[in-house]
Amino acid sequence: MTIPRGKVVAVMGSSGCGKTTTLRLIGGQLKPTSGEVRVNGQVVNQLDSRGLYDLRRRMGMLFQFGALFTDMSVYDNIAFQMREHTDLPEALIHDLVLMKLHAVGLRGAHDLMPAELSGGMARRVALARAIALDPMLIMYDEPFAGLDPISLSIIGELIRKLNNALGASSIVVTHDVQESLKIVDYVYFVSAGKIVAEGTAEEIKRSTVPYVHQFVWGEADGPVPFQYPSRPYGEELMAGAPRYG
Amino acid sequence: MSRTTLDLWVGFFVAVGLGALLFLALKVGNMASSSSGETYAIQAKFDNIGGLKVRGAVKSAGVVVGRVTDIRFDPEAYLAVVTINVDARYKFPRDTFATINTSGLLGEQYIGFEVGGDTAMLNPGDTIKKTQSAVVLEKLISQFMFNKAAEDGGKK
Amino acid sequence: MDNGLLRALRNLGQRVTSRIWRLGYASRFFLATILHSGTALGRINLTIREIYFTGVLSLIIILVSGLFVGMVLGLQGYDTLARYGSTEALGVLVSLSLVRELGPVVAALLFASRAGSAITAEIGMMKATEQLSAMEMMAVDPIARVVAPRFWGGVISMPLLAALFSAMGIFGGYLVGVQLIGVDEGSFWSQMQASVDFRQDILNGVIKSFVFGIIVSWVAVFEGYDAEPTAEGVSGATTRTVVTSSLAILAADFILTAFMFTGT
Repeated sequence: MTIPRGKVVAVMGSSGCGKTTTLRLIGGQLKPTSGEVRVNGQVVNQLDSRGLYDLRRRMGMLFQFGALFTDMSVYDNIAFQMREHTDLPEALIHDLVLMKLHAVGLRGAHDLMPAELSGGMARRVALARAIALDPMLIMYDEPFAGLDPISLSIIGELIRKLNNALGASSIVVTHDVQESLKIVDYVYFVSAGKIVAEGTAEEIKRSTVPYVHQFVWGEADGPVPFQYPSRPYGEELMAGAPRYG
Repeated sequence: MSRTTLDLWVGFFVAVGLGALLFLALKVGNMASSSSGETYAIQAKFDNIGGLKVRGAVKSAGVVVGRVTDIRFDPEAYLAVVTINVDARYKFPRDTFATINTSGLLGEQYIGFEVGGDTAMLNPGDTIKKTQSAVVLEKLISQFMFNKAAEDGGKK
Repeated sequence: MDNGLLRALRNLGQRVTSRIWRLGYASRFFLATILHSGTALGRINLTIREIYFTGVLSLIIILVSGLFVGMVLGLQGYDTLARYGSTEALGVLVSLSLVRELGPVVAALLFASRAGSAITAEIGMMKATEQLSAMEMMAVDPIARVVAPRFWGGVISMPLLAALFSAMGIFGGYLVGVQLIGVDEGSFWSQMQASVDFRQDILNGVIKSFVFGIIVSWVAVFEGYDAEPTAEGVSGATTRTVVTSSLAILAADFILTAFMFTGT
């Protein structure tokens, strides 16, 4: 899998196929059992703690459902990385935080606590937090999960706009086909830990690979079967009720 | 909760906690009165030390003047050898009588110093010559019963 | 019959080994917490915040419980001592019981159930909502930033709370003994001062509460950090914190008491 600079790449597949694991491998939270992960030319799992620290400073990640720090306000959440990793004076941090919030349209919400935010707002704040230090690589773990239609398109737009504005690369792990195909440059399809298809958004839409086709058009049955593996229907009915306990 | 209020509460908590510790140390315990000053060691030999323990008190005229620091058995003389640390401020004459007393009826045992009239004082390392052992309750009872029996026998 | 017995034995063996394995993991975690304490002690604000949440917010329960325990000691103590005509020793009884045993132990048990479970729940929830993961990805070590301040906050709060418990208890005993029942005030305090030794009793009590503080804080942060990131996981972890630290406190109390207060 290659993620070129400046591009937005989607990693799609059904649940449990290894999409989130990919993100964790890139971020160095997991070590690969074989093969390697290179970010900006460096092999991630060979980095020492100093190197990993530097790498993570240049990456931003949007976790599923936001993962905002619930004991701090929105302002403090975004200022967190600035305060931890830089020596910037509070006045400058103040301006930067408001700028990030403005970029996601939530400048007025800077005093709220995460518990007071709606799902969509929390996701946007988390996005602002992910870009707090202007990262070169932004990773999104299911950014569209559980959002209403308006928030969906807002997040999609923001992913694209911010990527272009920052000149960064973005990886979007998702199974929301509609939204992601609108904004991404390239798509990788993963199933059971292997890449089964790849291509531009257009190519994927027109793909005839059965798994991709089932996924993109939301078909109930296909390579991913509808029925969970079991004995033949007739046989089970004739066998009578199983005894439990 | 603003930062300053929080700090105030924590400061209050720590102050009150330390205050409680101080209260315990001074008002409840005996830190203020326990002297950690200079002491010198002398010895005393007893036939029976009874329930005397190390760290037991050594009193003269009822005031604590020292502590028992060591209790050993002398296998040649078959006596108990007690080492006492006496407060350096107090000197005792060579004919001091060391007795083992009980505080109250069933209380702890301590050593009492009764002074004689000798002009020469005990030096560090000296041994007290005159000692009286602890009262053993069983002997007292059997003595009482023996006396009672003799009395009754005499009357008959 | 054989199969059942074998299976039971295997289960037992597996449970013992998994407990031992977990203890080893917990020990490594303890070491990691200590080693990463630089942030907790350098940026003292983090730790102060935790002292507030564990110590200050436990004040009410500690003070009230201390008062009641002291008052009960006064009542029961008087009743027993009156039988031997030694009621002036009430002060001694109340103060020694509290300073040596009840203060450190009961305060630690209360601390474990109030503050310990809160710490576990907090860290567990942070794990469940991926906040710890997010922190890691932001190149901030969650052990240094989240775990260590809570650990040291607990360790610092515990001896203070135990001292407050004992002090409150002695006051409670005084209230009941002297004011209510009529034991002589002078002998209450003077006998107490004569019998309670600073080094032997009070210092040992402080050492005990310090050890208990380490135990409770260690168990609380570990269970939180190791919790399953689900609702049942966090609830199970908080229960385990209270149970494990309570048992550990009582066991440690026995060991410490055996060392400190016998052998004279």
